[in-house]
Amino acid sequence: MSAPGERPVDLALAREHGLTEDEWRRILAILGRAPSFSELGVFSVMWSEHCSYKSSKRHLRGLPTRGEHVLQGPGENAGAVAIGDGLAAVFKIESHNHPSYIEPKQGAATGVGGILRDVFTMGARPVASLDSIRFGPLEDPKHQHLLRGVVEGIGHYGNCVGVATVGGETTFHPCYRGNILVNAFNLGVVEADRIFLGHAAGVGNPVIYAGSRTGRDGIHGASLLASAEFDETTEEKRPTVQVGDPFTEKCLIEACLELMRGDDVVGIQDMGAAGLTCSSFEMASRAGTGIEMDLDLVPQRAANLTPYELLLSESQERMLLVARAGREDAVCEVFRRWGLEAVVIGRVTGDGRMRVRFRGHTVVDIPVDPVAASSPELDRPAREPADLRERQKLDLAGVAPEEDPGAALEALLDDPNLGSKAWIWRQYDQLVQGNTILRPGGDAALVRVKRDDGTPTAKALALAVDCNPRLCWLDPRAGTIAAVAEAARNVACTGARPLALTNCLNFGNPEKPEIMWELREAIAGLGEAAEALGTPVVSGNVSLYNETHGVPIYPTPTVAAVGLLEPWQAHAVSHFTASGYAVVLLGEPREDLAGSAWLAVRRGLEAGVPPRVDLAHEKRLHALLARAVREGLLVTAHDVSLGGLAVALAEACFSGPAEIGADLRFEDRMRPDALLFGETPGVVIAAAPDAEPLLAAAREMGVPARAVGRTGGARLRVRGPGGAVWLDAEVARLRAVFERALPRRLEAGGGRP
Amino acid sequence: MFAVVQFPGSNDDRDMAFALKCVLGVDARLVWHAETALPAGTQAVLLPGGFSYGDYLRCGAMARFSPVMAAVRRFAEAGGPVLGTCNGFQVLCEAGLLPGVLRRNRDLHFVCDFVHVRVERAAPPFTSRAAPGRVLRLPVKHGEGAYTASPELLARLEANGQVVLRYCGPDGGPGGNPNGSTGDVAGIRNEAGNVLGLMPHPEHAVEAAIGGRDGALLLGSLVDAVQAGWTPR
Repeated sequence: MSAPGERPVDLALAREHGLTEDEWRRILAILGRAPSFSELGVFSVMWSEHCSYKSSKRHLRGLPTRGEHVLQGPGENAGAVAIGDGLAAVFKIESHNHPSYIEPKQGAATGVGGILRDVFTMGARPVASLDSIRFGPLEDPKHQHLLRGVVEGIGHYGNCVGVATVGGETTFHPCYRGNILVNAFNLGVVEADRIFLGHAAGVGNPVIYAGSRTGRDGIHGASLLASAEFDETTEEKRPTVQVGDPFTEKCLIEACLELMRGDDVVGIQDMGAAGLTCSSFEMASRAGTGIEMDLDLVPQRAANLTPYELLLSESQERMLLVARAGREDAVCEVFRRWGLEAVVIGRVTGDGRMRVRFRGHTVVDIPVDPVAASSPELDRPAREPADLRERQKLDLAGVAPEEDPGAALEALLDDPNLGSKAWIWRQYDQLVQGNTILRPGGDAALVRVKRDDGTPTAKALALAVDCNPRLCWLDPRAGTIAAVAEAARNVACTGARPLALTNCLNFGNPEKPEIMWELREAIAGLGEAAEALGTPVVSGNVSLYNETHGVPIYPTPTVAAVGLLEPWQAHAVSHFTASGYAVVLLGEPREDLAGSAWLAVRRGLEAGVPPRVDLAHEKRLHALLARAVREGLLVTAHDVSLGGLAVALAEACFSGPAEIGADLRFEDRMRPDALLFGETPGVVIAAAPDAEPLLAAAREMGVPARAVGRTGGARLRVRGPGGAVWLDAEVARLRAVFERALPRRLEAGGGRP
Repeated sequence: MFAVVQFPGSNDDRDMAFALKCVLGVDARLVWHAETALPAGTQAVLLPGGFSYGDYLRCGAMARFSPVMAAVRRFAEAGGPVLGTCNGFQVLCEAGLLPGVLRRNRDLHFVCDFVHVRVERAAPPFTSRAAPGRVLRLPVKHGEGAYTASPELLARLEANGQVVLRYCGPDGGPGGNPNGSTGDVAGIRNEAGNVLGLMPHPEHAVEAAIGGRDGALLLGSLVDAVQAGWTPR
């Protein structure tokens, strides 16, 4: 084989491609010869951590992925759950961490583009996105730059492509100084019997390339960039970051959805990580077929591309389709009408091999299965971090009590992790497609479902994404359980029933036993919580090597939950809506400040054993919320999380169109700061015109509940036993502090706010 | 029949058609940008929001050359009502059907939020359902929405009563300008009065629980005008 760009291949070159000696031997055994240079490229990307999940897959197998609603679990481009009346919700979350650190705007933009393609590939119209983004301290000018770039990238792509970004979460913490996280979630809606899969089925069927031309961008982006730690050479990797074109994506969406209304498409997949290689191998592997293709037919935007480059390029906005034989012209014509290129580049074969030709030479001839489905699987050693017990040490009696709860509340609301994120989400189109019932800023977003022909339905989907990395650092299993519980609880606070989960596991270098232990523990926690709450994990993504100069991020298993509410016309909001309403506390706060934001912000401590999540209580609470909304027993439901009861109450007071105070009294015999700022999971603040019907329902369903006071006035007042005033703050002032948390720091950074 | 023009990159086309069909109950159809004529029976034309052709050159700069735009121009010149929202407003300015230009927002950020606009002129075909001075709550979502006009042009627009909507505070007083528009202009019409461009999105405020109903006042006014056979004087 002496096609252009070919060169001799040996173990040393394989190593440069990130392959191990073991893997090299495996390649020789599979082929019975040394690979060509193009083939080496194929193996290196397919067996990269990013594409093969080799460190995580044996652990992921234990996750609960089935359930009565689940139509498609992990393994396809995205998961799918039935939402009734023949409709399905298709969703997934995915990381674009490494590229976003190197080039924040394009890195984040292409992250959004990739997740949108995963969803519309299934035949679903993408309707709503969430973003989960994490940076180093906002005081650091570099991280201000990264925040601005990432937000601009997410906004630019989502806004232009016409998909609403309806919520998300943002963390600022020193552990992300060397590795920011950009996790993008998208959800689409499809008729359940029109879900398309990435299957290259039907021997003789044409393989069609559609969308943007192929260039040299993004070669080894996912495979090498996202499968290794950062170091001094990281800057040199900028060319591996792809550039996004949302206009082309918008046209691709419309063209693909139009095609998928008919019967000409057999299988379809986007060319994401590892481009043409990954999409063709995965499609053939799932269908048990082979593919032969001719790279000379691939539309190209650069001259003299080698077969290696054509196979590995991660140029954006490209799709691979298998069409019914004889219908190729009709398929290509739809793309052309949308101004897109589409050409037949090969055929499906029956021999289970991938054969790729270039200028008359065969440059790749590999059996599909050993590369795709039977890729290497590692059982990496795992060991509890030596300092874990040290992290968990906290003697609450030794922590000085809060001397000024009012000042503490303001300090928390001013913290960028707790303060308003409006600066971010105002840059996102939250409304396009006309379905956004609850916008960002509350517990969960709520999006009305329309059928493909535009007919509105009584269904709405609630979406939330959560992870408290501090808790995961203190105990990855407990922290992940807390993330699942919080995401599901946020969804439940709208009145929706949580249906299923997707997740993005962001961790450090898995070659270190401590990181592997964190990952294993987190997956175990994810499984335990998903099982207990009856919310299977239907899709996900793993991002490892989030580590620079040997310093890893905190374990960050981001969890997104999707819930169904029907009819949506009855839903709860997270703010107080009227004066004189009863405020009811659902769930019981415990005297605990371990891992709390208060402890971090006011005492400079990240320590303790995270408060345990009572999953049985959690499930009862979610059921109560759904019933209470359905029966009109409450109008407000707001989750108590970061910053505890005081912050949650403040948010309920000022997050609505009008500021409404509250006057509350607690009889709990505990430290005032623990009641005000403790973060016991499974606690929700509710408000209703009348407390009694809600309390009765709570009693019936086994959820602790008590009336604690009434809404009204311009102040938030909390009293303890005997009427002692524990907190007395002006709502307008709290709101001002909350709203300025991000802008004041971005202005201080010297740039434009 | 209400014709909603669909450029490649239009995003709010389906939402506009939804508002007209499902909420206001009139016949609305999407018209592909490559058409050289409007469908027979077209009574009003709507240019929706989005990023026509990606807006890579300048917002609306490519769309003005679309085949369908020649037909829209003829329709407007014959007195037919034309409403452009957001990107549609930009297209109308680029096409010279409305005066002035739309530039990057004052703070250079894309902004999506609800704003208040005051109805400066309550008359058919776009604002007959609102009383003068009425404050509407409507969403904006744009990166290039700063309406920009020379002092002379602005004076002329004011004198002719062409400023139809103006950004304001919740009570109708000053403030609330989200993008740095000259004279707080949120929407203007042409001299004849049959072409209106505005940055806010009435189509995203037609259902009480999803953005409120204030946008239906504007679109409903257009429906009234069409049904009454309104023509410019």
